[in-house]
Amino acid sequence: MADFSGIIRKRKRQDFIFNIIGILCTLVGILTLGALLFDLIADGVGRLNWTFLTSFPSRFADRAGILSSWVGTLLIMIVTAFAAVPLGVSAGVYLEEYARKNWLTNLIEINIANLAGVPSIIYGLMALGLLVYQFRLGQSILTGGLTLAFLILPIVIVATREALRTIPQGIREAAYALGSTKWQVVRHHLVPYSMGGTMTGIIIALSRAIGETAPLITIGALTFIAFLPPPPISTQPPFVSADWLQSPFAVLPIQMFNWVSRPDQAFVTNAAAAGIVLIVVTLLLNAVAIMIRYRVRKRIKW
Amino acid sequence: MSTKEQFVASAPPEVTAGIGGMSDATLTGEVKAQVEHLNFYYGKHSALKDISMEFHANKVTAIIGPSGCGKSTLLRCFNRIHDLYPETRYEGKIVLQPSGMNIIGPETDPLEMRMRVSMVFQKPNAFPKSVFENVAFGLRLRGVSGKALSEQVERSLRSAALWDEVKDRLRQSAYQLSGGQQQRLCIARALATDPEMLLFDEPTSALDPIATAKIESLIFELKREVTVVIVTHNMQQAARVSDYTTFMYLGELIEVAPTKKMFENPSNKLTEQYITGHFG
Repeated sequence: MADFSGIIRKRKRQDFIFNIIGILCTLVGILTLGALLFDLIADGVGRLNWTFLTSFPSRFADRAGILSSWVGTLLIMIVTAFAAVPLGVSAGVYLEEYARKNWLTNLIEINIANLAGVPSIIYGLMALGLLVYQFRLGQSILTGGLTLAFLILPIVIVATREALRTIPQGIREAAYALGSTKWQVVRHHLVPYSMGGTMTGIIIALSRAIGETAPLITIGALTFIAFLPPPPISTQPPFVSADWLQSPFAVLPIQMFNWVSRPDQAFVTNAAAAGIVLIVVTLLLNAVAIMIRYRVRKRIKW
Repeated sequence: MSTKEQFVASAPPEVTAGIGGMSDATLTGEVKAQVEHLNFYYGKHSALKDISMEFHANKVTAIIGPSGCGKSTLLRCFNRIHDLYPETRYEGKIVLQPSGMNIIGPETDPLEMRMRVSMVFQKPNAFPKSVFENVAFGLRLRGVSGKALSEQVERSLRSAALWDEVKDRLRQSAYQLSGGQQQRLCIARALATDPEMLLFDEPTSALDPIATAKIESLIFELKREVTVVIVTHNMQQAARVSDYTTFMYLGELIEVAPTKKMFENPSNKLTEQYITGHFG
């Protein structure tokens, strides 16, 4: 009988070594992130309180707050979502279900995938030239929201297409076999059934947009703003107003950037506190995405 | 040349003998669809070669043959489902009686064909909606609503022998049903719209024997209401449920005959070899 014990021991040792290497590689990522988070929380958590959330920026670090920047972030996100979701979902549905597969759609497909990788500051330059100078939308919430919408549009399109592709062809055939038009198949079947994947993609895209700084600086977001945009709803007729769209704005990451670049240590603490708010919002968005995915997967199993 | 003469010319002599005793009147009265010199292409590949045959009203016609012989391709011509895919092309005619519409004619709207001819697929493909909505969908497309809708849904579920099992859970997701129940739900969905023909594409290949037996007896019942065409891999199934059997090989129609005759005394050597298990 051959003696395998030597060779078995050697191969088990290889296994063991790679196991250790794998653990170390994983730890590098997790520990770095953990250290960053810990440092941020240690620096900023003492500064977090209600006044910090409800105060405008100030020359005095202890009086400065993030009211205008979180309101700015929120409004920008609303504009971004309202612009990017219908555009991205429609484009995704068109490319996946309507467009004929030929060299032109292949070219478009490749370019959309590439667009998702274009540095965000390029989008900022494009928005500055097109939206600010050409369309004269100003350095406004509208411009900022549309800029970020352009930025995440490819992600939304790709997510929509991926979600549509998970629907089995048999479901499409069943719907067509009953005499549906393409629109009826899309409207009553494909869009509802792919909603989980699409929504997840949209939320992930928004959580990317929420941290974007460069394109907004390029179009001229303010770093010091001591007023809120006009409210969208008022007590006087016509009760609703779109004036807030034209208002200048600041956003959380820009506020942080501004504070970090000051020599006074107290402002750096403010930046850390604002960073905690930003991270919490991002994590919440991701949690919502995971929850939607989980619920849809429970309901729809192909 | 009349359609009947064409059919007679292209069919093996035994088939013509089988129906030769009927008068012309009974024959046309009984025919639901005539396939005339049907050719079908996927791109340059010719998948169906000069098929001519007739499908009889309120009968079950089984299409058998080895994998890739074109039996599903033939079936899928009847509701123009091929039109969903690029580079597919029909030649010839499939005339639906009594209207005389040419199913595959360029002047015929595929949507209309799909509203007249229903299909049940190989894998149960219920929509991820409630049991009720699955059956109701085709009716809603036709503008049926309210009381008429629920009545027709119930009637279809009864016809598909599913009503007693689902009547208390019409609002539940169809995906909570078993595979066999889902396939009967698909049958109910196909029946709901009162189709002129009902196509089955290997409807039991994903099911266990008990669920298969239920579907087979259902198909046997259904022919009172509708003309049935069933593609099957399973020769015993063809023998059990069908009145006529068609044997296809490499895109060609080899033989069509009453099922009993086909299995007891096939006229073509190839058919005999296939049925006795020499290949396929």
